[in-house]
Amino acid sequence: MTSIGTGYDLSNSVFSPDGRNFQVEYAVKAVESGGTAIGIRCKDGVVLALEKLITSKLLKPEANKRISTVDRNMGVVSSGLLPDGRHFVSRARDEAASWRQMYKGPIPTSALANRMGSYVQAYTLYSSVRPFGVTAIVGGWDAEVEVPVDGQVGSGPATGSGGKKDGAKHGGPFLYMIEPSGLYWGYYGAATGKGRQIAKSELEKLNLADGELSLEEGVKEAARIIYVAHDDNKDKEFELELTWISSLSGPTKGRHEEVPKELREEAEKLAKASLDDDKMDE
Amino acid sequence: MNHLPQAWGRPRDEVYGAYDHSHLQTSGPTQHTQQPIVTGTSVIAAKFKDGVVIAADNLASYGSLARFTDVKRLRKFNSEVVVGFGGDVSDMQYLDRLLNSLDIQENYSSSEDSLNAKNLHTYLAKVMYKRRSEFNPLWNHLLIAGLDADAKPFLASADLLGTTFSAPTLATGFGSALAQPILRRTLPDEEAVAGVDKEAAVKLIKECMKVLFYRDARSLDKYSIAIITKDGVELKENEKLENQSWAFAETIRGYGTQVN
Repeated sequence: MTSIGTGYDLSNSVFSPDGRNFQVEYAVKAVESGGTAIGIRCKDGVVLALEKLITSKLLKPEANKRISTVDRNMGVVSSGLLPDGRHFVSRARDEAASWRQMYKGPIPTSALANRMGSYVQAYTLYSSVRPFGVTAIVGGWDAEVEVPVDGQVGSGPATGSGGKKDGAKHGGPFLYMIEPSGLYWGYYGAATGKGRQIAKSELEKLNLADGELSLEEGVKEAARIIYVAHDDNKDKEFELELTWISSLSGPTKGRHEEVPKELREEAEKLAKASLDDDKMDE
Repeated sequence: MNHLPQAWGRPRDEVYGAYDHSHLQTSGPTQHTQQPIVTGTSVIAAKFKDGVVIAADNLASYGSLARFTDVKRLRKFNSEVVVGFGGDVSDMQYLDRLLNSLDIQENYSSSEDSLNAKNLHTYLAKVMYKRRSEFNPLWNHLLIAGLDADAKPFLASADLLGTTFSAPTLATGFGSALAQPILRRTLPDEEAVAGVDKEAAVKLIKECMKVLFYRDARSLDKYSIAIITKDGVELKENEKLENQSWAFAETIRGYGTQVN
């Protein structure tokens, strides 16, 4: 590590002579040892999946959920330092609530990603704080129809001018990934944590940009990718956490929810079966 | 007694004399709500053996002016609770947004049971009481209808002072004088609830909505009605009074502007 002993890595607000912020790079290292987290933007929804590493046999199975809901229509999954992830989610919920206070409606996924990007970036600027030790994946469904304003009591006059453009397309599935530097991009498929390299190459094979993958297929692919990215020999045991957000006409009605147990177990069974097939080939 | 929302929570004139409005400052540092502005009239509700029926008309009045005619005063909270709002409409909107944010916070943890009608009534009564204690009341009379923790029908009210009351039938505003006696004929006590089915309860509520439209000058023939059972909430927001007619009015003589 070229940074060690130079003194440029001791403070957050100090650049190295070649223009790097070493504290941020160390934060990325923290993320690289976390359980794999992925997000898939499908045709009719978003899937979030997490390889939750079991740190103790004394923990209750399926408790201590790690994928969180923000507002009703968005989910956050993160990899890296757990408490940093929780603080990130808490801030995201506050941002969504304050957006509602101001605009009387749900925050668009892009706006939340923007605000959280700015928030995380602010933690790279000051010597009194350290950067976030997480990379977070934010998935959301922005309503494709016009939703009533919060507290709306009627629809107003049925006749007269409206000022609405007919046939304009609104909303849909969105996926963003926010890194410790505050950098964020929108993705078709996002992966972070230990198994991100394998997960990314698997995601690339899905041709997500074509927008053909259905939500249900996405759930199965997500489960498979988490299983593929997990290294049985080296890693601890893990639990698969799966959540999804569908369109208003889909299974979750535009809300962020856990994938139902039956579907998750089916996806896990298929994932294990495909792993066994791969082993046979070898 | 005056049933209008403007008189809610005030000392009764016939007991204490007319209210001295010089006590209400016209200028000064802080001005809290001292009267409602745009108001909704009665909300009525009745329990039946499997659930609760609740109804309110779609009118928001500006004093005696029928100002807004498509105002939805029944709010679905989740699949087992509906809140009906009488009184000030802007305070209703405030409460609606408050309940919205409460629902969002409840959904952060997916495993726990959602709030039932009893939980929500306790919460709303405390909100109302806190605001009256700050001398800044939310000028509403609320009916909370739904199911309790045992999935039994639940119906209770909370008013602008934070007063709570529960009965098999409830009505706010003018409805407490006009609809309540009719409702009590069918549902005099808690025992009677088991003998009333959904159809009978809906019919009873619809009858009361008609009586209210005939006799309450701040009412409308368009209304919302919600039926809450174990199967969920059935909310209809654009109902019209059936078999309603003013024909009988032609034959009434003795008051009004007729000469003979």
